[in-house]
Amino acid sequence: MNWPVLSVITFLPLLGALLIMLMTRGNGPLAKGTARWIAMWTTLVTFAISLVMVQKFDAASAEFQFAEKHEWLLGVASYHMGVDGISLPFVILTTALMPICILASWTSIQKRVKEYMIAFLVLETLMIGTFSALDLVLFYLFFEGGLIPMFLIIGVWGGQRRVYASFKFFLYTLAGSVLMLLAIMAMYWEAGTTDIPVLLKHGFPVGLQTWAWLAFFASFAVKMPMWPVHTWLPDAHVEAPTAGSVILAAILLKMGGYGFLRFSLPMFPVASLDFTPLVYTMSVVAIIYTSLVALMQEDVKKLIAYSSVAHMGFVTMGIFAATTQGVSGAVFQMISHGIVSGALFLCVGVVYDRMHTREIAFYGGLVTRMPLYAMIFLVFTLANVGLPGTSGFVGEFLSLIGTFKTNIPVASLATIGVILSAAYALWLYRKMIFGTLKPALEGIKDIGLREAVIFAPLVILTILFGVAPKPVLDMSATSIAQLLDGYNKANGVKTAAAPGAPAAALEARITPVSVAR
Amino acid sequence: MNPMTDLQSLIPILPELTLAGGAMLLLMIGAYAGEGASRFVNGLCILLLVAVGACVVLLPGGRAVLFGGSFVVDDFARFLKILMLTGSAGTLILSLDYLTSEKLQKFEFGVLVLLATLGMMLLISASDLIALYLGLELMSLPLYVIAASNRDNSRSTEAGLKYFVLGALSSGMLLYGASLIYGFTGTVNFTGIAAATKGGASIGLIFGLVFLFAGFCFKVSAVPFHMWTPDVYEGAPTPVTAFFAAAPKVAGIAIFVRATVVAFPGITHSWQQIVVFVALASMVLGAFAAIGQKNIKRLMAYSSIGHMGFALVGLAAGTAEGVQGVLVYMSIYVGMTLGTFACILSMRRDGLLVENIADLSGLARTKPAMAFFLAMLLFSLAGIPPLAGFFAKFYVFLAAIKAGLYVLAVVGVLASVIGAYYYLTIVKIMYFDEPAKPFDVMPGLLKLVLGVAGILNIVFFVYPAPLLGAATVAAKSLF
Repeated sequence: MNWPVLSVITFLPLLGALLIMLMTRGNGPLAKGTARWIAMWTTLVTFAISLVMVQKFDAASAEFQFAEKHEWLLGVASYHMGVDGISLPFVILTTALMPICILASWTSIQKRVKEYMIAFLVLETLMIGTFSALDLVLFYLFFEGGLIPMFLIIGVWGGQRRVYASFKFFLYTLAGSVLMLLAIMAMYWEAGTTDIPVLLKHGFPVGLQTWAWLAFFASFAVKMPMWPVHTWLPDAHVEAPTAGSVILAAILLKMGGYGFLRFSLPMFPVASLDFTPLVYTMSVVAIIYTSLVALMQEDVKKLIAYSSVAHMGFVTMGIFAATTQGVSGAVFQMISHGIVSGALFLCVGVVYDRMHTREIAFYGGLVTRMPLYAMIFLVFTLANVGLPGTSGFVGEFLSLIGTFKTNIPVASLATIGVILSAAYALWLYRKMIFGTLKPALEGIKDIGLREAVIFAPLVILTILFGVAPKPVLDMSATSIAQLLDGYNKANGVKTAAAPGAPAAALEARITPVSVAR
Repeated sequence: MNPMTDLQSLIPILPELTLAGGAMLLLMIGAYAGEGASRFVNGLCILLLVAVGACVVLLPGGRAVLFGGSFVVDDFARFLKILMLTGSAGTLILSLDYLTSEKLQKFEFGVLVLLATLGMMLLISASDLIALYLGLELMSLPLYVIAASNRDNSRSTEAGLKYFVLGALSSGMLLYGASLIYGFTGTVNFTGIAAATKGGASIGLIFGLVFLFAGFCFKVSAVPFHMWTPDVYEGAPTPVTAFFAAAPKVAGIAIFVRATVVAFPGITHSWQQIVVFVALASMVLGAFAAIGQKNIKRLMAYSSIGHMGFALVGLAAGTAEGVQGVLVYMSIYVGMTLGTFACILSMRRDGLLVENIADLSGLARTKPAMAFFLAMLLFSLAGIPPLAGFFAKFYVFLAAIKAGLYVLAVVGVLASVIGAYYYLTIVKIMYFDEPAKPFDVMPGLLKLVLGVAGILNIVFFVYPAPLLGAATVAAKSLF
């Protein structure tokens, strides 16, 4: 492709933000409308262009594609962008969810609409940049830059305790990340470059691997978030506006998992293996403990936030199992969780927009007044539980299988989490949707056309990926095979088959799953 | 030698001569034209600074040594002179409207700034201990006076007096250190000292070094010689505070770097631990002490203490990369400081200046553009990418990691996280809180300074190559 498609989709939203800044005056209805429409069209066009990328992407190659490279920081870092099978799904997830977020904020955001749209568009640029940067400094720039718009989104448009939540979010994430920055510098002096493709082949000495792994871990574990540094997440989720929660759960959390796959595993394979027990422990604790915590919540959003932490536990477990199934499952789980948890937060947003409370006890019997809503909510609840036939199942199942191959006790303990997730999710559904209708809810209206348009693609994708997960798994299979090949070589493990074969093996395992249904 | 070649040999010092002559001329014009012409004279001062800057740029490059090795013009000096002149000219632009509205119409203000700037230029080029002291005093004396320039205000006079007494003490320490160094090496010239300390240093020389560093630390307000900073920043008229925060810091860091790197390369391990301590203490104190501040000028004082700590991280590395980091840091710091003070100077309600951080409440709704730029400057001061302040910190820590100063780097970045808290607090007040009564209309010149500094701060990441390239060349000229 001759035109820099990655730079275009990365910076198009920024251009849209500038356009809003320049084209609107004041905060009247006209300015609000203009801001909304510009944001809508920008994100839609970005999404359309990103689909062109999917079409042109060669899934059989593990190389970075659509690469661009320009001189940037003299000698130290360059402007290097590109995507492979691991990063492309996240780029698409980002571009696909943004129009939905804009649409979801159409009426619920009434104050400072212009600034809101600008913040979201800037955030989109930074998120796409994070997933497509092929230079460590550039990656860090996008990764950390996202803090500024998210801080403002939580703080300006958030709920009661928004100040506390926004500060906690900002400082937690920053504290985690600065150590990673130092590790990036140490890697630069060791390898003489911050170019990711070069560093992936570099082979760092074991001592540096250990320290750098820990520094990167500090950053990604907070972002992920892993127990016990997850406490910022429930606060941030509860206080953020609906679309902010969606972005936070669906995309920002995935940066941690993406970081593990892009940096920790391939660049520090020896350290990754050494620290696998630590990650397993933290993952299992996250899966069981936060599921139990979720059972005790009185706030809908908080419950979903804790369930996110538990689901991310499956992801970290799958990644560090370092088997084809585990890593593929982790990637799939992240994409699926992006869709499902995003949708769940949107579901909460629907009733919150009507009743302005997120207290579980306030709701009950919604099915009598909102049958369509009950239906949609059910799909996502079951996907969250991991029911076969929904996308949630494929990711959880694969990461559990992958872990089972390397560590049976860990996989067995993690399976308890599946049961617990059914407990809290179904309990929530019963409390809110079934039972007798609360008197205060007599006048509540079912979802309208705008909301139906928001949910339709998410419902379709949840079921589609549940029945036919192949497109997503295929997209990343070659890159994952190459990643694990390098990982096993570095750790002296004999690879079972020639490159290319793991993908076939994976397919063989997947097919029965989809057939069994 | 014939007189012509003598005169020709003075060409490298032409910018300083221009500045000295111009300052005296403007003093005469001011004295004869009277009070009414003060805005005019101050305007001319800005033009003169621009002319001197042009002179520095246009003179042939390379390295020139004058006056028997006590004055040197190299790429390092040129870089810092341009930066320092930008700082001086910027603060003079900031002060024009302030002086008019606060009825401080004194032409001496501009002239004193010029004389202090002259001292700083000498200081940046000083290559022996005597030139160093002369430059330092020529810089400091006008600063004492302008700190107290609002003479009917007790806070301002207190600030001036405090600064003078402590400044005199620090000069004394510096002189004592210089004399010890001279005593133990037999020379005042930096290269001579470097030759004499090649094999190691006697304990007496180390004593001299410590006293010399104490003097430097005072000038750049690094811990543990920072105590004057909050009081002087708070008491001095705001444009003077902006001036203190920008130009003299550049000159102070310049001589700190030059003296350390050029005169004591043989005993790096001796001075490195001092610089590491000073940098650490400054970063940590700057981060913690700023948290409780209510007055924005006091907050900027602690912020600048912290920033000097970060800049010194580069010096602690003691390498060309480190010096490059210091230069990048100071350039970006000056830009951020000028922008921030443009905002502080426009915090004016019903004609009266206000200085409390709480006065910024809800600024995002009453003055969205000013709030946006100030917020970006604050995020930049906190070192959040992609803003310019991130690159400043990036380069100093990059050098520190290469030099193996891991503890310094780790504590430094953690201090920057703590420091981020108080910058965030200001952003919170501007963006999350309910609006207070709006400020008066921002004067055009302040808008200009804020706009230029703010936009450069945001778009720096797009094309950072010119500054980085210049800093690399300048840093190499010292090694």
